[in-house]
Amino acid sequence: MATDRIEREIVIGAPPQRVWQVLTEAEHISGWFGDATEIDLRPGGAIVFTWNKYGSHHGVVERVEPPRFFSYRWARPAGEPAAEGNSTLVEFTLSPDGAGTRLRVVETGFASLAVTEEERGVAVKENIEGWIAEFGELRGYAERPAA
Amino acid sequence: MRLRPAPEPAGVLAAMADPTRRRLLEELVTAGAATATTLAGRLPVTRQAVVKHLAVLSQAGLVTGQRQGREVRYEVRTSPLATTADWLTGLATEWDRRLAAIKRIAES
Repeated sequence: MATDRIEREIVIGAPPQRVWQVLTEAEHISGWFGDATEIDLRPGGAIVFTWNKYGSHHGVVERVEPPRFFSYRWARPAGEPAAEGNSTLVEFTLSPDGAGTRLRVVETGFASLAVTEEERGVAVKENIEGWIAEFGELRGYAERPAA
Repeated sequence: MRLRPAPEPAGVLAAMADPTRRRLLEELVTAGAATATTLAGRLPVTRQAVVKHLAVLSQAGLVTGQRQGREVRYEVRTSPLATTADWLTGLATEWDRRLAAIKRIAES
Protein backbone atom coordinates (compact mmCIF):
# COMPACT_ATOMS: atom_id res chain seq x y z
CA MET A 1 0.00 0.00 0.00
CA ALA A 2 1.28 3.42 -0.88
CA THR A 3 1.92 5.89 1.91
CA ASP A 4 4.22 8.88 2.12
CA ARG A 5 6.95 6.54 1.14
CA ILE A 6 9.44 5.66 -1.50
CA GLU A 7 9.90 1.97 -2.03
CA ARG A 8 12.50 0.41 -4.31
CA GLU A 9 13.89 -3.07 -4.81
CA ILE A 10 16.81 -4.72 -6.54
CA VAL A 11 18.14 -8.27 -6.88
CA ILE A 12 21.86 -8.60 -6.23
CA GLY A 13 24.09 -11.50 -7.26
CA ALA A 14 25.77 -11.76 -3.86
CA PRO A 15 24.69 -13.41 -0.60
CA PRO A 16 22.89 -11.38 2.11
CA GLN A 17 25.99 -11.40 4.32
CA ARG A 18 27.94 -9.58 1.61
CA VAL A 19 25.14 -7.10 0.89
CA TRP A 20 24.90 -6.49 4.64
CA GLN A 21 28.55 -5.40 4.70
CA VAL A 22 28.00 -2.99 1.83
CA LEU A 23 24.97 -1.52 3.62
CA THR A 24 26.48 -1.14 7.06
CA GLU A 25 30.26 -0.72 6.83
CA ALA A 26 31.53 2.83 6.57
CA GLU A 27 34.09 2.18 3.82
CA HIS A 28 31.40 0.58 1.63
CA ILE A 29 28.62 3.06 2.41
CA SER A 30 30.75 5.86 1.00
CA GLY A 31 30.69 3.98 -2.29
CA TRP A 32 26.94 4.50 -2.67
CA PHE A 33 25.93 7.25 -0.25
CA GLY A 34 27.96 10.41 0.24
CA ASP A 35 31.72 10.77 0.20
CA ALA A 36 32.61 9.72 3.75
CA THR A 37 30.70 7.91 6.49
CA GLU A 38 30.99 7.38 10.21
CA ILE A 39 28.70 4.79 11.72
CA ASP A 40 28.25 3.30 15.17
CA LEU A 41 26.35 0.17 14.19
CA ARG A 42 23.99 -0.42 17.10
CA PRO A 43 20.50 0.85 17.92
CA GLY A 44 20.84 4.51 18.96
CA GLY A 45 24.31 4.70 17.42
CA ALA A 46 25.33 7.86 15.57
CA ILE A 47 25.81 8.11 11.82
CA VAL A 48 27.40 10.93 9.89
CA PHE A 49 27.13 10.96 6.12
CA THR A 50 29.39 13.58 4.60
CA TRP A 51 29.10 14.98 1.13
CA ASN A 52 32.10 17.11 0.17
CA LYS A 53 29.76 19.42 -1.71
CA TYR A 54 26.87 19.68 0.74
CA GLY A 55 28.22 19.06 4.23
CA SER A 56 27.40 16.46 6.86
CA HIS A 57 24.04 14.85 7.47
CA HIS A 58 23.48 13.28 10.85
CA GLY A 59 21.54 10.13 11.51
CA VAL A 60 20.69 7.62 14.20
CA VAL A 61 20.72 3.86 13.79
CA GLU A 62 17.35 2.32 14.64
CA ARG A 63 17.39 -1.45 14.08
CA VAL A 64 20.32 -3.77 13.37
CA GLU A 65 19.37 -7.38 12.58
CA PRO A 66 22.16 -8.89 10.48
CA PRO A 67 21.83 -9.96 7.76
CA ARG A 68 18.12 -9.28 7.34
CA PHE A 69 17.14 -5.80 8.47
CA PHE A 70 18.83 -2.45 8.97
CA SER A 71 17.22 0.92 9.54
CA TYR A 72 18.25 4.45 10.36
CA ARG A 73 16.75 7.89 10.58
CA TRP A 74 18.62 10.74 8.91
CA ALA A 75 18.21 14.49 8.97
CA ARG A 76 17.44 16.03 5.59
CA PRO A 77 19.05 19.40 6.43
CA ALA A 78 22.85 19.34 6.75
CA GLY A 79 24.37 19.92 10.18
CA GLU A 80 21.26 19.22 12.26
CA PRO A 81 20.74 16.29 14.61
CA ALA A 82 18.07 13.90 13.33
CA ALA A 83 14.75 14.46 15.06
CA GLU A 84 11.04 14.24 14.39
CA GLY A 85 10.15 16.79 11.77
CA ASN A 86 13.52 17.05 10.02
CA SER A 87 14.30 13.44 9.27
CA THR A 88 13.14 10.46 7.26
CA LEU A 89 13.38 6.78 8.13
CA VAL A 90 15.28 4.45 5.81
CA GLU A 91 14.66 0.72 6.15
CA PHE A 92 16.54 -2.00 4.32
CA THR A 93 15.20 -5.53 4.13
CA LEU A 94 17.42 -8.30 2.78
CA SER A 95 16.02 -11.65 1.76
CA PRO A 96 17.75 -14.57 0.05
CA ASP A 97 16.92 -14.89 -3.64
CA GLY A 98 18.49 -18.05 -5.03
CA ALA A 99 22.21 -17.59 -4.48
CA GLY A 100 21.69 -13.83 -4.32
CA THR A 101 19.81 -11.26 -2.31
CA ARG A 102 16.64 -9.30 -2.83
CA LEU A 103 17.24 -5.88 -1.29
CA ARG A 104 14.30 -3.61 -0.60
CA VAL A 105 14.57 -0.03 0.62
CA VAL A 106 11.70 1.96 2.01
CA GLU A 107 12.08 5.62 2.92
CA THR A 108 9.21 7.21 4.85
CA GLY A 109 8.32 10.36 6.71
CA PHE A 110 8.33 12.98 3.94
CA ALA A 111 4.97 14.33 5.03
CA SER A 112 6.32 15.45 8.40
CA LEU A 113 9.33 17.30 6.98
CA ALA A 114 10.01 20.98 7.06
CA VAL A 115 6.51 22.18 7.72
CA THR A 116 5.47 24.84 10.18
CA GLU A 117 4.58 23.83 13.72
CA GLU A 118 0.87 24.21 13.11
CA GLU A 119 0.89 22.27 9.86
CA ARG A 120 3.00 19.57 11.45
CA GLY A 121 0.66 19.30 14.42
CA VAL A 122 -2.13 18.57 11.99
CA ALA A 123 -0.16 16.20 9.80
CA VAL A 124 1.53 14.00 12.32
CA LYS A 125 -1.64 13.05 14.15
CA GLU A 126 -3.46 12.08 11.03
CA ASN A 127 -3.54 8.96 8.99
CA ILE A 128 -1.34 9.29 5.96
CA GLU A 129 -1.94 5.88 4.48
CA GLY A 130 -2.75 5.55 0.88
CA TRP A 131 -2.37 9.11 -0.11
CA ILE A 132 0.43 8.95 -2.64
CA ALA A 133 -1.56 6.83 -5.06
CA GLU A 134 -4.48 9.19 -4.73
CA PHE A 135 -2.11 12.05 -5.13
CA GLY A 136 -0.94 10.68 -8.48
CA GLU A 137 -4.53 10.25 -9.62
CA LEU A 138 -5.36 13.72 -8.48
CA ARG A 139 -2.48 15.14 -10.42
CA GLY A 140 -3.77 13.32 -13.48
CA TYR A 141 -7.20 14.79 -12.96
CA ALA A 142 -5.86 18.23 -12.24
CA GLU A 143 -3.78 18.32 -15.40
CA ARG A 144 -6.58 17.25 -17.69
CA PRO A 145 -7.75 20.08 -19.91
CA ALA A 146 -10.98 21.54 -18.52
CA ALA A 147 -14.05 19.79 -19.92
CA MET B 1 -3.33 39.08 0.40
CA ARG B 2 0.09 38.39 1.90
CA LEU B 3 2.67 37.00 -0.50
CA ARG B 4 4.12 33.66 0.49
CA PRO B 5 7.33 31.99 -0.62
CA ALA B 6 6.93 28.91 -2.82
CA PRO B 7 5.87 26.12 -0.47
CA GLU B 8 8.14 23.17 0.25
CA PRO B 9 6.93 19.90 -1.23
CA ALA B 10 6.78 18.68 2.37
CA GLY B 11 4.15 21.33 3.08
CA VAL B 12 2.13 19.91 0.20
CA LEU B 13 2.63 16.39 1.53
CA ALA B 14 1.57 17.40 5.01
CA ALA B 15 -1.48 19.19 3.67
CA MET B 16 -2.41 16.09 1.72
CA ALA B 17 -1.87 13.76 4.65
CA ASP B 18 -5.47 14.22 5.72
CA PRO B 19 -8.26 12.25 4.01
CA THR B 20 -10.78 15.09 4.28
CA ARG B 21 -8.39 17.50 2.59
CA ARG B 22 -7.71 15.02 -0.18
CA ARG B 23 -11.45 14.62 -0.60
CA LEU B 24 -11.83 18.42 -0.79
CA LEU B 25 -9.13 18.70 -3.44
CA GLU B 26 -10.70 15.91 -5.40
CA GLU B 27 -14.05 17.65 -5.24
CA LEU B 28 -12.47 20.88 -6.46
CA VAL B 29 -10.66 19.26 -9.37
CA THR B 30 -13.60 17.17 -10.51
CA ALA B 31 -16.48 19.60 -9.92
CA GLY B 32 -14.57 22.87 -10.29
CA ALA B 33 -14.28 25.93 -8.07
CA ALA B 34 -16.62 26.05 -5.09
CA THR B 35 -17.30 27.87 -1.85
CA ALA B 36 -16.89 26.38 1.63
CA THR B 37 -20.68 26.25 1.96
CA THR B 38 -21.07 24.28 -1.26
CA LEU B 39 -18.27 21.92 -0.29
CA ALA B 40 -19.75 21.35 3.16
CA GLY B 41 -23.01 20.39 1.45
CA ARG B 42 -21.26 17.69 -0.54
CA LEU B 43 -19.04 16.25 2.19
CA PRO B 44 -19.92 14.84 5.60
CA VAL B 45 -18.15 17.68 7.43
CA THR B 46 -19.23 21.00 8.88
CA ARG B 47 -18.64 24.27 7.08
CA GLN B 48 -16.23 25.33 9.86
CA ALA B 49 -14.17 22.19 9.31
CA VAL B 50 -14.13 22.82 5.56
CA VAL B 51 -12.91 26.38 6.14
CA LYS B 52 -10.07 25.11 8.36
CA HIS B 53 -9.03 22.48 5.85
CA LEU B 54 -9.14 24.97 2.99
CA ALA B 55 -6.85 27.25 5.01
CA VAL B 56 -4.27 24.45 5.30
CA LEU B 57 -4.57 23.68 1.58
CA SER B 58 -4.23 27.35 0.78
CA GLN B 59 -1.13 27.68 2.96
CA ALA B 60 0.45 24.80 1.05
CA GLY B 61 -0.37 26.61 -2.20
CA LEU B 62 -2.80 23.90 -3.32
CA VAL B 63 -5.87 26.13 -3.55
CA THR B 64 -6.51 29.81 -4.05
CA GLY B 65 -9.56 31.73 -2.92
CA GLN B 66 -11.37 34.49 -4.78
CA ARG B 67 -13.83 36.61 -2.86
CA GLN B 68 -17.28 36.64 -4.44
CA GLY B 69 -19.77 38.73 -2.53
CA ARG B 70 -19.94 37.34 1.00
CA GLU B 71 -18.22 34.08 0.17
CA VAL B 72 -14.86 32.91 -1.11
CA ARG B 73 -14.68 30.57 -4.10
CA TYR B 74 -11.78 28.16 -3.99
CA GLU B 75 -10.00 26.56 -6.89
CA VAL B 76 -7.12 24.11 -7.22
CA ARG B 77 -3.61 25.18 -8.16
CA THR B 78 -1.96 22.35 -10.04
CA SER B 79 1.67 23.51 -10.06
CA PRO B 80 2.46 22.40 -6.46
CA LEU B 81 0.99 18.99 -7.26
CA ALA B 82 3.26 18.68 -10.27
CA THR B 83 6.31 19.97 -8.36
CA THR B 84 5.72 17.51 -5.54
CA ALA B 85 5.17 14.57 -7.87
CA ASP B 86 8.43 15.45 -9.65
CA TRP B 87 10.24 15.80 -6.33
CA LEU B 88 9.11 12.32 -5.21
CA THR B 89 10.06 10.85 -8.58
CA GLY B 90 13.50 12.42 -8.20
CA LEU B 91 13.96 10.84 -4.77
CA ALA B 92 12.91 7.45 -6.11
CA THR B 93 15.43 7.80 -8.94
CA GLU B 94 18.14 8.60 -6.39
CA TRP B 95 17.39 5.33 -4.61
CA ASP B 96 17.54 3.42 -7.90
CA ARG B 97 20.97 4.90 -8.46
CA ARG B 98 22.12 4.01 -4.91
CA LEU B 99 20.77 0.46 -5.15
CA ALA B 100 22.58 0.00 -8.45
CA ALA B 101 25.80 1.17 -6.75
CA ILE B 102 25.22 -1.24 -3.84
CA LYS B 103 24.75 -4.04 -6.35
CA ARG B 104 27.93 -3.10 -8.17
CA ILE B 105 29.97 -3.04 -4.96
CA ALA B 106 28.46 -6.26 -3.55
CA GLU B 107 29.01 -8.17 -6.78
CA SER B 108 32.58 -7.00 -7.30
